[in-house]
This record gives sequence, structure tokens and C-alpha cells, in this order.
Amino acid sequence: MAAVPDPMIPIPYRIQTVQRETDDTFTLTLTAASSEQIAPFQAGQFNMLYIFGVGEVPISISGDPSTPEKLVHTTRAVGTVTQAMQKLKPGNVIGIRGPFGSHWPLEEARGNDVVVIAGGIGLAPLRPVLYTLVKYRERFGKVVLLYGSRTPEDILFRRELEKWRQRFDMEVYITVDRATGNWRGNVGVVTKLIPRAPFDPYSCVAMVCGPEIMMYYSVLSLRDQGVPTESIYISMERNMKCAIGFCGHCQYGPAFICKDGPVFRFDQVEHLFNKREI
Amino acid sequence: MVIIEPQGLSALFDALKQKGYQLIGPRVVDQAIIYDEIGSPEDLPVGWTDEQDAGVYRLRKREDARYFGYVVGPQSWKKFLHLPILKLWEAQRDGPSFEIIPNDEPVPKMAFIGVRSCELQAIAIQDRIFLQGDFVDPHYRSRRENIFIVAVNCTEPGGTCFCASMDTGPRAQSGYDLAITELYDAERHVFLVEAGSPAGETLLEQLPHRPATEADIQQAHQLLEQAGKKMGRQLETEGLKDLLYDNLEHPHWQKIAERCLSCANCTMVCPTCFCTTVEDVTDLTGETAMRIRKWDSCFTSDFSYIHGGSIRASTYSRYRQWMTHKLASWHDQFGTSGCVGCGRCITWCPVGIDITEEARFIRENPVT
Ligand SMILES: Cc1cc2nc3c(=O)[nH]c(=O)nc-3n(C[C@H](O)[C@H](O)[C@H](O)COP(=O)(O)OP(=O)(O)OC[C@H]3O[C@@H](n4cnc5c(N)ncnc54)[C@H](O)[C@@H]3O)c2cc1C
Ligand code: SF4
Ligand code: FES
Repeated sequence: MAAVPDPMIPIPYRIQTVQRETDDTFTLTLTAASSEQIAPFQAGQFNMLYIFGVGEVPISISGDPSTPEKLVHTTRAVGTVTQAMQKLKPGNVIGIRGPFGSHWPLEEARGNDVVVIAGGIGLAPLRPVLYTLVKYRERFGKVVLLYGSRTPEDILFRRELEKWRQRFDMEVYITVDRATGNWRGNVGVVTKLIPRAPFDPYSCVAMVCGPEIMMYYSVLSLRDQGVPTESIYISMERNMKCAIGFCGHCQYGPAFICKDGPVFRFDQVEHLFNKREI
Repeated sequence: MVIIEPQGLSALFDALKQKGYQLIGPRVVDQAIIYDEIGSPEDLPVGWTDEQDAGVYRLRKREDARYFGYVVGPQSWKKFLHLPILKLWEAQRDGPSFEIIPNDEPVPKMAFIGVRSCELQAIAIQDRIFLQGDFVDPHYRSRRENIFIVAVNCTEPGGTCFCASMDTGPRAQSGYDLAITELYDAERHVFLVEAGSPAGETLLEQLPHRPATEADIQQAHQLLEQAGKKMGRQLETEGLKDLLYDNLEHPHWQKIAERCLSCANCTMVCPTCFCTTVEDVTDLTGETAMRIRKWDSCFTSDFSYIHGGSIRASTYSRYRQWMTHKLASWHDQFGTSGCVGCGRCITWCPVGIDITEEARFIRENPVT
């Protein structure tokens, strides 16, 4: 009997750097600790990250898809595993399984305007998209990033946002729910930025990631602007114990979010989106 | 097809043991028929039957001495293929790093004795999940590749059976090595045996047997024909998937939730339910970690937990998830129903919730 590879066995990756993003959010850069490596990833995919003895959690890949050997994950410490992860130092080894799931529609976006809408940590799974848009800028029409954060202190990837904002070929709008300190920018939910954003609703692709309620209002607002449902993509989150379709935890109607998602074209899930407790 | 006498069963068991198989079959333990290691035909529930209804299971002595005169108990064969608790791997700390040690403990060769048609179908369904998708579960596979299946055709369906509705019985169609029909009447007690695989064929050759006559085959045929008409329950499957998809907000879910205890019994006894969770543990020194996989249930609140709370906080959403998964989304996921009509979820529900009744109610009272 030929041995089948066991999809539940993690591959060791060593932490190269730990970047503090905000009080509760940090970015790990990892490289393979042995000759074994995971396959290259596409923007929007995720990995399962295992912390020795503590547990394993799904985290999106937030790095540049064109340099997959440098694996980058940005995580918000919210519970047992993510808090243990926050305490790790360069040199520590964690286990990686992946990459899993569907990806953002960068092919479909070619030749079209691209609207990226992120709420909170939702910017992390969209950063690979932004890297790609910038790298192959000429392939796309207008590029707009709308980003909403709780407070100015919670804004992720500040330096990169600043760099992108200074580009003439990209519109970057940032808003906060609650202004603190000397914030003089937008205040209010990210969906309020949509009507003002310069893009052609009839030839654009919108990629939305954030809390479900934020994604829902974003979709409504995009549609109000005339964006067809088939041009809107969202990324879903559910409990995940395996990421390979075995554990059943991530089911969302007929979909397994771990393999049919996390990225869905909105019309694929629209019939479930507003149903309670699906 | 051949006829073997009851003594032939002993020969069958011996032949399987000789080939290195551990025999797993039904036996009476604590007022129920469970699947366990057995040694000889005497271990089988000879002369026993099980009365089943919603929330009711009772063993009763039969008037006769049939070997397979019962239906199905609380357990299914899934506990031998998709283990209730399994160590996936161990990890050994090594400074800031660790090494993973896969669990490749040898698995036993098992012969399953007395697998019913609905159960064969349940195994085929779990095969689709663990063997035929994008990923293969090596643990399931190594067990699955080493089993020998002796099926038993059902001539007396139970009170909660509805395999005829699900097109999964009462006659074993495929997926067995040998299939037995117990022929019992005033004159005789014999087994009509059919091979379903080359391995079954070879084994059958070794047993004392005589060729089956046309009359033997006819008798079995008639028994099974009648059995199909004696099902304790019935489920209309026509258009069922869309019916349930269209009724996700039917008020009846709330009604069911008033009775449902969210105890998860239905998922534990179901032969196709496959959900699991994992636990990561370390030994006292903290040097060795382990990852354990365990059966889980969509009826628990942890199942759908994400930061901030459970997605399915209410019982109504959990029952809806379970039933729509079985009867609707399973089709989209695996190209088959997730229900084989074995009736276990009805029998073992402490409050007697009946999947066939609930589906019928929604069909007869749609809100759309
Ligand atoms: C596809 C996908 C991509 C994700 N990408 C990121 C990312 O890039 N950055 C990031 O910070 N977070 C991300 N998350 C959320 C992250 O997985 C959870 O925050 C994390 O699992 C919490 O685990 P914990 O042990 O720290 O928390 P606890 O609250 O202790 O976790 C208890 C259990 O609930 C599960 N759980 C808790 N919250 C979530 C959640 N929001 N989603 C899924 N399971 C949850 C845990 O995995 C664990 O099984 C993603 C989730 C999914 C499904
Ligand atoms: S339907 Fe019955 S067996 Fe299933 S969880 Fe509810 S009470 Fe328990
Ligand atoms: S995470 Fe286990 S099935 Fe999707």
C-alpha cells in the first residue's frame, strides 16, 4: 500500500521576525525550518498555524504571493492560541498546514477597476491583493482601498498604507469608528466611503473582508452604486478544526468554508447571508 | 449462490480467523445489541430481537433461534473505521523547535459480521468523505483497506427503519464480500450466501456448502420483497432537498427545539455523521504534545464558536443544521443523501424526535 501524505501533519516553520502592528495585533514572518515547504499560495488563502501543545488556528496569509518562501501572517490576539502565538519570539518554531481555500479574483479583476474594502483585521487577507495590484499596476483600472478601523491606534500596516496613499495611481481612504488623539481623518463606518470612491460600478471587481455585518452593508452600498452582485466578493469566517473538509465545523449551508471558501462571489452565498444562525 | 448450514458459520469464522482477521460482530451487552469482538457464532444474539420505536429500544426473546433476528443497535461500524478517539500525531519538543511523530500504529485486519444494507451504504458514504475528495484520511484508509464484510440481508425490518424510502435496503446491493440471507421456517434453518468480491468467492469455496436451488433463491427474494413493504417508517425523498432549503425559516424548527435537548445522541448513533474536533494536549513535563481527534456534534455550542460567541446559539438552529445537512446539503457536498434510513436517530432520541415526521410536517405545511 502506497503511503498517502497525512494532511493533518504540520510542517515546521521558524519565526524570522515578529512585527508589532498594534496593541493586540502582530505579524510573523516565517521560513521553512526543514527541507519541507508548503506550496505557493494565492491571495486570500489561509494556513492552519499550530503552536506546540496549545492548538491550531486558521490565519490568512498576509504576505506577498510573489515571494511565497517568506510566509507572512498577521494575527489579532483574541484567545488561547492567538495569545500564545503573540508571546513567541524569533527562532521559535510553529507548525504550518496549507495553503487552503479559495482566493480573491485577481484574474477576473484584470482590465477592471478594483475596489478593496476592509474592516479591522480584514485588511490582512487583502494585503496580498494590494501587493499584487501594485506590482502589476498596469493590468488594472482604477484601484481604490477603503479601510475602516475601530480607532486610529488600531490601524494596521501604517507605513504601507502611507506609501500607497502617496501613489498617484491609487486611492486610499481610511476611516475610524471612534476618533482619538489628534485624528483628523474620516470618522464613521467604512461603508460611508463607498459612494465617494472613484470607480466605475459597471466594470469593477469589489473585494470585501471584515465582520459579517460590515460586509453586508458594504454589499448593499456597492449595489446602490450599481455594482452587479456577480462583481462582489467576500471572505467568510467560521470555526475550523481541519481545513480539509473532514471536521464539519466550517459548514455554511452546502459550503465548506475551508475548501469552497473562504472567498465567495457574493451571489454564491447571498441566499444564506441574512439567515440567522446558519 | 450457495446454501450453508448453521455449522457453516463456524467454518466461516474459523476461515476468517485463519486469514488473520479479528472478528467483529453483534453481541448482547447490557440490554442492547452492540458491535464488539466475537469469537464464535455462539456469541451472536441467537434468539434475540429488538423492538424499536421513537425513543424506545427493548430486547426481547424470539420464539425461534435465528442468528440475525434483530435489526441494528445503537452502534454502527463507523466506530471501527472512523475512530471515536484517535491520536493523530505526537510532537516532541526540541529546544525552540519540535519534531512531529506520525501515528502509524499498525491497524488490525477486521472482519465485520452482520453488516446491514443501510450500513453498507453508510460505509460507502464515509468513503466519499474520507477517501474520494481532495484529501484522503490515511487513518480511515488503512482501516478501510483491511476489512472483510459479511453482510446480512434484512428480512424483518424494525420499527424505525426506512431504508426502502432511502433506496438503501433491505437487500445488500454492493460493497460486501459475502452476503447472507437467513432462511428460517418450520422445516429448516439455513443461510443463502452470495459472494460480492473475489475474496468472498475464495472464502466461500472453502466452506462446506451446496449450490442454492431456484426455490432457495425464490424464498430469499420473497422475504426481501415483503421486508421492503414492512418498514416501520417512511420518508418521501422527492424534492426533499429543495423543500428544506426553501424552508430554513419554517416555524416548525422552533417547535422541534421546544422538545430537543441538544443532547447530540442522534449524531453519535448516526452511521454517516463524521464531524470531529481536535484536542491538543501535553504531558506533565511539557516536552511531549499530542493531537487527538474526537467525534464531535453540531448540537454542541462549541461546535460553531467563533470569537464573540456561537454562531448556532439556539437549539432550533442546531437541529435545522443537522437535518438539513443530512437530507439536503449532503447531496450538494457528496452527491448522495446523508441519511441511510437506519432509524437510529429516531430510536435513540430521548424525547423521540423523528426525522421522518419532521420532514413530513414541513412538506405538508410549507410556509413558502
Ligand atoms: C479562514 C480564516 C482566516 C482567518 N484569518 C485571520 C487572520 O488573518 N488574522 C486573525 O487575527 N484572525 C484570523 N482568523 C480568525 C482566527 O482564526 C481566530 O481569531 C482564532 O481561531 C482564535 O483562536 P484562539 O484560540 O486565539 O481564540 P479562542 O476564542 O480561545 O478560540 C476557541 C476556538 O474557537 C475558534 N475561533 C475563535 N474565534 C474564531 C474566529 N474568528 N474564526 C474562526 N474560529 C475561531 C478557535 O479556532 C478555537 O477553536 C481567521 C479565521 C478564518 C476562519
Ligand atoms: S434530536 Fe433528540 S437525539 Fe438529537 S439532539 Fe435533539 S434530543 Fe438529542
Ligand atoms: S474546517 Fe473542517 S471541514 Fe472545514
